Amino acid sequence: MPEISMRVNGTDRTVRVENRTLLVHALRDGLRLTGTHVGCDTSQCGACTIHVDGAPVKACSMLAVEADGAEVETIEGQAMSDGSLNTIQQAFQDHHGLQCGFCTPGMVMATAALLRENPKPGDAEIRHALKGNICRCTGYQGIVNAILAASGQPVPAAMDSEPAPVAAE
Amino acid sequence: MLDGGIGTATKRREDVRFLMGRGKYTDDHTPAGTCYAAFARSDMAHGRIVSIDAAAAEGMPGVLAVFTGADFADVGSNPAGWLINSRDGTPMYEPKRPVLAHGKVRHVGDAYAAVIAETREQAMDAVEALEVEIEPLDAVVDMAAALADGDNRVHDDLPGNQCFDWGWIEDNREATAAAIEAAPHVTTLELVNNRLVPNAIEPRCSIGEYDPGTGDYKLTTTSQNPHLTRLLISAFVLGIPENKLTVIGPDVGGGFGSKIYHYGEEALVLSAAKRLGRPVKWTATRSEAFLTDAHGRDHVTRIELACETDGTFIAFRTETMANVGAYLSNFSTATPTFLHGTLMAGNYTVPNVYVNVKAVFTNTAPVDAYRGAGRPEATYSLERVIDKCARELGIDPIAIRRKNFIQPDQYPYASAAGLEYDSGNYDALMDVLERRADLAGFEGRRAESERRGKLRGLGINSYIEACGIAPSNLVGQLGSRVGLYDAATVRVNATGNISVMVGAHSHGQGHETAFPQIVADMLGVDPATIEIVHGDTSKIPFGMGTYGSRSLAVCGSAVHRATEKVIVKARKIAAHMMSVSADDVDFADGQFSVPGTNKFVAWGDVALKAYIPHDFPLEEIEPGLEETAFYDPANFTYPSGAYACEVEVDPETGVVDVVSMVAADDFGNVVNPLIVTGQVQGGLAQGIGQALLEQTTYDADGQLLSASYMDYAMPRADDLPTLVVDHSSVTECTHNPLGVKGCGEAGAIGSPPTVVNAVIDALARGGHDVAHIDMPLTPVRVWTALQQA
Repeated sequence: MPEISMRVNGTDRTVRVENRTLLVHALRDGLRLTGTHVGCDTSQCGACTIHVDGAPVKACSMLAVEADGAEVETIEGQAMSDGSLNTIQQAFQDHHGLQCGFCTPGMVMATAALLRENPKPGDAEIRHALKGNICRCTGYQGIVNAILAASGQPVPAAMDSEPAPVAAE
Repeated sequence: MLDGGIGTATKRREDVRFLMGRGKYTDDHTPAGTCYAAFARSDMAHGRIVSIDAAAAEGMPGVLAVFTGADFADVGSNPAGWLINSRDGTPMYEPKRPVLAHGKVRHVGDAYAAVIAETREQAMDAVEALEVEIEPLDAVVDMAAALADGDNRVHDDLPGNQCFDWGWIEDNREATAAAIEAAPHVTTLELVNNRLVPNAIEPRCSIGEYDPGTGDYKLTTTSQNPHLTRLLISAFVLGIPENKLTVIGPDVGGGFGSKIYHYGEEALVLSAAKRLGRPVKWTATRSEAFLTDAHGRDHVTRIELACETDGTFIAFRTETMANVGAYLSNFSTATPTFLHGTLMAGNYTVPNVYVNVKAVFTNTAPVDAYRGAGRPEATYSLERVIDKCARELGIDPIAIRRKNFIQPDQYPYASAAGLEYDSGNYDALMDVLERRADLAGFEGRRAESERRGKLRGLGINSYIEACGIAPSNLVGQLGSRVGLYDAATVRVNATGNISVMVGAHSHGQGHETAFPQIVADMLGVDPATIEIVHGDTSKIPFGMGTYGSRSLAVCGSAVHRATEKVIVKARKIAAHMMSVSADDVDFADGQFSVPGTNKFVAWGDVALKAYIPHDFPLEEIEPGLEETAFYDPANFTYPSGAYACEVEVDPETGVVDVVSMVAADDFGNVVNPLIVTGQVQGGLAQGIGQALLEQTTYDADGQLLSASYMDYAMPRADDLPTLVVDHSSVTECTHNPLGVKGCGEAGAIGSPPTVVNAVIDALARGGHDVAHIDMPLTPVRVWTALQQA
């Protein structure tokens, strides 16, 4: 079995894989980085989204051997150096952008890639950018709100989670 | 209101581990020595197993064992949880549901063998090496054909494939028929409630372990209700004593019903773990999930609404065929009956209701409860036929609903479908909706859409649901084999912090945040000092888990009761510490005091004293501070709501764009508004998905054509509008201590008819007289309807 080397979240790692092993399985089973999830087998759900050499990649759509020598970032490397949530992660918590949490690592990684390309995306741009990531829990509203907030944009009151006060009848 | 207590929009504490990639889902667990299971699944819908030759597979690299149906021929059957009788009193047909198919395969994906190997890949390779002969049989797919064809049988001893023919309420049958016969106006609608695949994003996964030293089994599995799974395995399937089996549902990535049920793979990994003496793990692929997770809905219905010419409802009569698939999944017989028929009076003062449901076996995956479970089907039928009736009579859709609403002074209200609603105010909800959705401004928005060549429509809907699934007394009368209470233990530790062990299971619902809010509110302590323990049968009291919007109403009430007991005990200890009678002690803001004196003791002092009882009068006060409550309510809870949706239809292409969706719900009291809003938004997305996108399609041979995310259209972010949610209109539940009703399913119940009503309205405003289009309202269906009208 080939041995591959990657720089993963800033640390050099080597792992032995079969030729057919997908990158996501090398991360999960080989390196025990289980924050990257597998939600489908057709590269549709986006739960396994990571960054390879700075670009968002569905880790189920790439063989592990293809990542030999690559710079890989996963959800485990996203927090601030003091261990606190980064801006995107904090916005997801603040705006209830997750429920079961299974799609969440992929959503956070996809968001990081989006904001690198487009620091102030509008509602439609955000929704378009999330096309490759399926969430079954939130209806995406909390996620869209979180991304608006993470990019320093106001979350319109009528769109946020708190209902506007309604006078008693 | 305590900061962080009931009513506070507290951010979820569980989010931190999920956002860091530190959640621990079942597949993230790999005990030392784990080997892997892969299943051989039928690629035909119906066939007779002639032979399975495993010799070649057993010789493959890494293969440890091969199991076939013969290995489980003598173990028990995975049962249906509800026993339904037909109209003539005969009991339903309940086939054996084996761990692995034996004799026949009955749907594509039906597992007939399993291989255990050192690696997942070796197990999958060896499955390919099994030499299997299966004689094809004609597949039973269409429900009407299944009922008509006596020779083509899913189960060999059941001609006609009918599981039961149920009437509700059978005594109302003739009166309802007579009322419809005599009515001045009758609206009839035939519709399909489309079959859905639940699609929790985490596929199912199970790990079996066995300790030969103690004889203890452990199952880590993607479950919404570990105790129910344990009970089914112990009492029905494998016969492992409950006290020798621990079932753990760790972090679970969504359920929506599909992870309530016990599946054969769970029994397989446990049995294999014992035989091999090693942990055995199976993780479903998404393809396996599509083929084998219990599907939802799949009703074919004819509904009649009889009314006066002014729109006053006289009678609702429903005839439904409900697909149960090839086997009876655990709740499959309750879903089309008591979770559907009992809701067929809706929010209305209709005097006559009759429902007939024929449940039909087909060579398709089992069908069971999916978010809403029966109540979406009831709401869809009713709210579509009401809309059609309003159109026929020329009455405004809001006006016809308001005209028939149960009024606030009529509670408790005995509905014609057999339930007693405890509280509600449907006009108030409609008032909130009219404001939040700015219905007065619709005409202006419609004219603007028209200028862009789009047909804009407005859909309105009211719903009621029965949730907080319990009460045992009632569900027992309705055929349930289990009780439906829930349980909580509140353990105050010596240093004053608190562990709360709950029977409910959180797989997205935020229990780890919301349940502490209840306890903190009652004790006046910081919620951060309270931890929730859930999902592990070795740690929690026997609870029935999470589904049916029951966690807060039932388990939350158990938490409330247990906390009350803790306060009683703590007050005794405090009284002893202050040398006064317990009756003289006040408790507020986390402090016990004696009014009119300067005597007080703090919460932490009482907790510590409970575990250091050097001077306790032990005949009066036991050491320790820990209480358990089992809560079994007196009734279901009855959340209700009014929804509005605006769509734009492109008349050139038939494409429907949902441009607004507003939900006004009455959930009773709200513990955490942030979580409640999220629950509703998620339900709305699933309902919009059902209405416009999601279609589970089997071909005539029983092949599942929509078996991947390439073929099954999941709602994505850009398919959905801004989801506006309002839960400010509150009528409290009258029979649970929190006054709460439950919110998990509402959005999925209320939204499908809202969307369809909006599309029909858009077409009508464009001059197209279309009575109905079946879901999902795909462009081709809408375009075809436009061409024909």
